Order: sequence, then structure tokens, then C-alpha cells
Amino acid sequence: MDEFTGTALACVRGERLVFKDLSFRVGAGQVLALTGPNGSGKSSLLRLMAGLIRPAGGRLAWAGASVADDPDAHRARLHYLGHLDALKPALTVTENVAFYAALRGHHDAAAVDAALAAFGLSALADLPARFLSQGQRRRTALARLLAAPAPLWLLDEPTLGLDAASLDALLAVLRRHVAAGGRAVIATHVPLDVPGLDELRLGDRTP
Amino acid sequence: MTSALALLRRDLRLALRTPGDSATVVLFFVLTAVLFPLGVGPEPNILARIAVGVIWVTALLASLLSFDRLFQLDAEDGSLDLIALAPAPLELLVLAKCVAHWLVTGLPLIIVSPLLAVFLNLPGEGYPVLLLALAIGTPTLSLVGAIGAGLTLGARRGGVLLPLLVLPLYVPVLVFGVAAIEAAVAGLPARPHLLILGGLLALSLPLAPVATAAAIRQALE
Repeated sequence: MDEFTGTALACVRGERLVFKDLSFRVGAGQVLALTGPNGSGKSSLLRLMAGLIRPAGGRLAWAGASVADDPDAHRARLHYLGHLDALKPALTVTENVAFYAALRGHHDAAAVDAALAAFGLSALADLPARFLSQGQRRRTALARLLAAPAPLWLLDEPTLGLDAASLDALLAVLRRHVAAGGRAVIATHVPLDVPGLDELRLGDRTP
Repeated sequence: MTSALALLRRDLRLALRTPGDSATVVLFFVLTAVLFPLGVGPEPNILARIAVGVIWVTALLASLLSFDRLFQLDAEDGSLDLIALAPAPLELLVLAKCVAHWLVTGLPLIIVSPLLAVFLNLPGEGYPVLLLALAIGTPTLSLVGAIGAGLTLGARRGGVLLPLLVLPLYVPVLVFGVAAIEAAVAGLPARPHLLILGGLLALSLPLAPVATAAAIRQALE
């Protein structure tokens, strides 16, 4: 059973203890929603899960093997979506998404087109990203999730700036990901209607 | 490897779409070098004497202009996170960015340098070695400058700090780059100086990406 687990994790940012003794587990087909007030460490936890931040204590493991022992394999199995959309204004929507897929070793133009279609971006495919609205930029960032396969999705407030139709599209994509045995960890302030949802509430200890 | 090629292709495409960045570097190179005949006076002997030094020093300064954007833009829009999380060694991806940087700034400098050499009355024997020395020396500048760009990521006033960090490291390239061309002009063999330039490149090629990648990882923490 290849679970993604964290045990007794601690995170220190700028000499401030953000959280400690934090444990979680995400199995195949499960979604973990991170909730909690601003500054409770949701983004830090996601960056820590991605390997961008080293934990001050504790251990991350995938299928029982410590992530720290093989960070390359860990990076290969995750998609990370941060606060920022990471779009290049001079590149078209297609080029932005295709670059990400190519960066992860996938050159599948059909998958990129399908990813854009899933988020209703087909009509904007050849538009430079500088002309996109906030919500369209977010949808382009989300389309990356489908352009290359990865079993673990780490999403930091993916619903930011999305309208109702786009939110439904995101939930449909998440349901398909989960049904196919994928896992996701999502920092969110809106309730997500996805099967296999588990909630981890951060920040009940006041810092 | 495919990740590195994808990054190289993206950076080149971005440079083509926004040609202003590399044009700035080349124009700065040309304009500062042209200021010297105006400032020193049109005495051909004096110009010929300082030509080599002026070309190299202005090339160093021009290449500095572009480094504060090398990783800063990717860091600001979040792309650097995705690059750092790509399933390829970050060192290799940094090398790809350095190659792209050299292609869009170093290579144009080499191409316009003979024109400046004419302005500065460089003796004819110096031209082949000038091109060769710049061709071996400028990749080292891109690699070493990347270290500075990585270290100043996230630092306030990084653009001011960067030249202070990088210029001292440029000194060996300047010394041997100038020596090679002056040897050629004086009718002496330029080969030993060019070999040392090659040695500097061979040293920075594996070491600079390692140092830069470490600096980027630190900046992303």
C-alpha cells in the first residue's frame, strides 16, 4: 500500500515555530484538505511535502520509504501548484502548459490539448498569457495537472479566483484523479465535494 | 536531459519574444566602448594600446546587466518552484539556463566585438584571437555570473550586490583574455593564455552549476 505519510513533522520559518508534532497519511484515492486560519502553516506544509522546505523535525515517507533518501523519485511523482501561477506572459497558454509537461519529461501534445479542454481553455490556447484574466491564469496553472501524469497533487488554494463553472471543472478533475487511484493534498478555504476527503486542521494551537 | 532541453528551449523562446533584454546588453557594450575614443581623444596609438582592455572590461560590465533577471523573474512568478521540482538534477537545469544566457547575451557580444575593435583601432593581428578569447571567456562569465544571481535571489538590492560578488571572480578571465590578445598583437604565441582561459571554463563548467543550484535551493526554503 503506497501511502504518503508524515510523522511528527515540525516546521520553523524565520525562527518561528509554525507547527510541530504534525502527522498525516494520504492513501491511494484519498484527498487531504488542509484547513485553518491564515498563517497556520498550510502553505509551509505543502512546500515541505513537496521537498522545497526541509522539515525541522519528523519524517516524510512514501510507501514506507523515507522521502529524504530519494528526493529525485519524490519530485518525479508530484505536481505542486503554489500561490503563484508561474505563467510566462510572453508565452501562449499552450506553450506555458506544454513547457511544464516537457520539463517533467512528457511531450504529449494531445494530453496538453485535453488538459486545456478540461478547464475550458481551448478557445484561449493561442493567446499569450499576458492577456489572461486572474481566473483564466489560475485555470491555466491547473491545466498543468493534467498535462503530465503524477500520482500526488499538492495544491495551494487551487480555487482562488475561480468562478462556479471552473470550480465544478476542478472538482470533476479531482474526482477523476481520485477514482484513478491518485492522491491530493489541498489547502483550501472552501468545502470540496470530493469522495475520500479527509480534513487536517492546522493552527488550533495559537503560535 | 529532456527537462534541461525543455528549459533551454523555453528561455530561448522567451528571449526571442522579448528581444529587449539582450539588445540592452549589446547596446550597452557598444555605447560604453564608443565613449572611450570620445573621452580619451582620437589618438590612434593610445586607442590601439587600450583597445583590448576596453573591449574586455565593457564586455564584463555588459554581461553583468543581465544577471539580476536570470533567476529573479522565474522566482517572482513562481516558475522557479516548478523548475526546482522537475524530475531532473537542478544543477543540470541551471546549466541549461546558463547556456541559454550565453546564447542570448555572450554570443551577440562576440559578434559585435570586431566592430568595436575597428572603432578602437585594434591592430589587425589581434582579431582572430579576440574572437577566440571571447568565445572561450564569455561562457565562463555566464557560469560565474549565475552563482551571483543565485546568491542574490531574494536579497533586497540584489542588483547592487551582484556586481560586488561577481566582478572579483571575473578578474582571471579579464587578465588572461587581455593577455592572449596582446600577445597576438605583439607577435607572441597566444596559446598559453587561451589554454588558461579554457582551463577556467573547464573549472567553472562543473562547479558553477553546483554552487548556483545550492544557492537556489537555499533561496526557495
